Amino acid sequence: MTKKREPSDLATPFNRGLISDFERRKPGVKISVSVVNVLLFLFLMLACLGPMYLLLKSAITPTQDTLRSPLSFFPNGAAWDNLSEAWNHVQISRYFLNTIILAAGSWFFQLLVATTGGYVLSVLKPKYAPILNALVVCTLFVPSVVLLVPLYLTVLHPPIIGTSLLNTVWSVWLPAGASAFNVVLVTRFFDSLPREVFEAARVDGAGPFALFWRMILPMSKPILGVVSVFAFIAAWKDFLWPMLVLKDPKVQPLSVRLPAIQGQTDLGVFLAALAISTVVPVVFFLVFQKFFLSGAGMSGAVKG
Amino acid sequence: MSTTSTDVTPRTLATGKTLGESGVRRDLRPPTPATGKAQAVRGKSARGKGVKAGPRVGAHTPVTWVKKGGLTTLVFALPVIVIFGVFSWYPIVRSIIMAFQETNLVTAKWVGLDNFRWVLTDPDLPRACLNTAYFLGLALLIGFPVPLIGAILMSEVKRLKGVYTVLAYLPVVIPPVVSVLLWKFFYDARSEGVFNALLGYIGLGPYPWLNDKFWAMPSLVLEATWAGAGATVIIYLAALIAVPTNLYEAAELDGAGIWKKLWHVTLPHLRGVLFITFILQIIATAQVFLEPYLFTGGGPNKATLTILLMIYNYAFGASLGSDYGSATALSVMLAIVLAIFSLIYFRLTKSWSQS
Repeated sequence: MTKKREPSDLATPFNRGLISDFERRKPGVKISVSVVNVLLFLFLMLACLGPMYLLLKSAITPTQDTLRSPLSFFPNGAAWDNLSEAWNHVQISRYFLNTIILAAGSWFFQLLVATTGGYVLSVLKPKYAPILNALVVCTLFVPSVVLLVPLYLTVLHPPIIGTSLLNTVWSVWLPAGASAFNVVLVTRFFDSLPREVFEAARVDGAGPFALFWRMILPMSKPILGVVSVFAFIAAWKDFLWPMLVLKDPKVQPLSVRLPAIQGQTDLGVFLAALAISTVVPVVFFLVFQKFFLSGAGMSGAVKG
Repeated sequence: MSTTSTDVTPRTLATGKTLGESGVRRDLRPPTPATGKAQAVRGKSARGKGVKAGPRVGAHTPVTWVKKGGLTTLVFALPVIVIFGVFSWYPIVRSIIMAFQETNLVTAKWVGLDNFRWVLTDPDLPRACLNTAYFLGLALLIGFPVPLIGAILMSEVKRLKGVYTVLAYLPVVIPPVVSVLLWKFFYDARSEGVFNALLGYIGLGPYPWLNDKFWAMPSLVLEATWAGAGATVIIYLAALIAVPTNLYEAAELDGAGIWKKLWHVTLPHLRGVLFITFILQIIATAQVFLEPYLFTGGGPNKATLTILLMIYNYAFGASLGSDYGSATALSVMLAIVLAIFSLIYFRLTKSWSQS
């Protein structure tokens, strides 16, 4: 095999693929390539951006117009009220905040478990490391479905502490930390870090905490970025688990609350609520594209 | 200080059984911060003498364990052990136990294979299995060619490739609940509904979409494909980039045109990744919940009842509910089937990423 190109090259300038530069210069090929490119672009715009656009448009359209002619441009003017109505009266603001709290906590616990776990398995390597590693990797083969009921009962009657975690953020934060995929990903990355640097730090008198905090974490920014982005997005998307453990509307995230309010909310306001819920992940994606796309490419090679 | 160091040395080594690795790495952790410096020196001398020290000398006491940094290591291992222990390992073991029990949360009694018998004779089970298989079939029919063709075309885009990629991935970042609820609005069965109005322009419809036994499942799959295709496109793009360019050049020297190159170079190189996405699709489909739950609730007339929806209904459903034994029995059976697929998947990706 020649030089292996990485998924991160997706964003870098073109170097040749199927069609050679010579072929590209032929008039027939040139025209059909351009036509295909334009058609592809139109298709992507229509299929991927179209529904998004329709959502944003309907979010600021009076309900009657949306019901009568959903595809037309504001027949009776724009209804910006939908947005404020959704934000204040339907209390999207509160569920929005809940979602952020849940996502932030899940992110923290996933990162905590993955980095300390990776440090133990890759760098500290105690005697029990192989057993620990095997136990963690084992869980990759267990689909999350199996855990649904027993995990629910565990949260209901957790060992040691005794009080139920239902309706508390802990019921979402703590189980989120048990992600074997993250631990494996981070361990592999730590394995690839140069050992000589650790050795040098150790000779200079760095303890395990200093080594972890001041050497390894700063060197691991790329992988921590990928894990963070996925942790945050996964928490934002999660539906079934928060629906089971957060019965109290006061603590529910958007994903759980939106289907619940659908029945009693005016369509225009409801679509405005959907639009608001979409903005954060989309902006997040546009800002951290690189991590998203390299992470998605990676999943072809490792993800469970 | 030097006396302490020689004193500790043999014991330090005694526990480090496999010297090859531990000789370097074990020493990375001087124990308590207070004696950090001293320990670093000790560690060094330990390595110096390591070769001569030979077989096990000295006792293995908790004190030496702490001094060597065992405690610090344990502190670092604690998050993994506690979080995985309580929220992963314990529930896994518990689900296997519960599958053989009848429980009302307070008391549990062993019922042998009763739960399995009950689930396997449930008239809904064959239907749920067939529905899940039907979902998979449709998902492959729609969801297999579209991302593949899209990715191949996108990989030949020269300018603004990033824009294409971002557009294709956009639906993946929209929260699934939002996608489903939005599409539910699109699937409005009135002739003024979004899709019906669109199809009306070319003289089709109106279609009943989610309200009809025949149309419900394809409607679900169409939304699921839309929401998931972007991720598959990225996987294919990464695989396409990895096709060695000298193979294309060699094919061109042999006089191969674009179609020939596509058929004889590109597609054979994608075989591995195509099989991987196929397995991933099976694993994901078997666990599909969100679409049937939010779109149709399993209806109309159980036309979209899936296995996971059954598990949910056993355990948490309004009418049945709290039948945790049956729910876990079905989960365990599903898990065994899926574990086989995951095993294949991991074997493949391992050999694939090593090649």
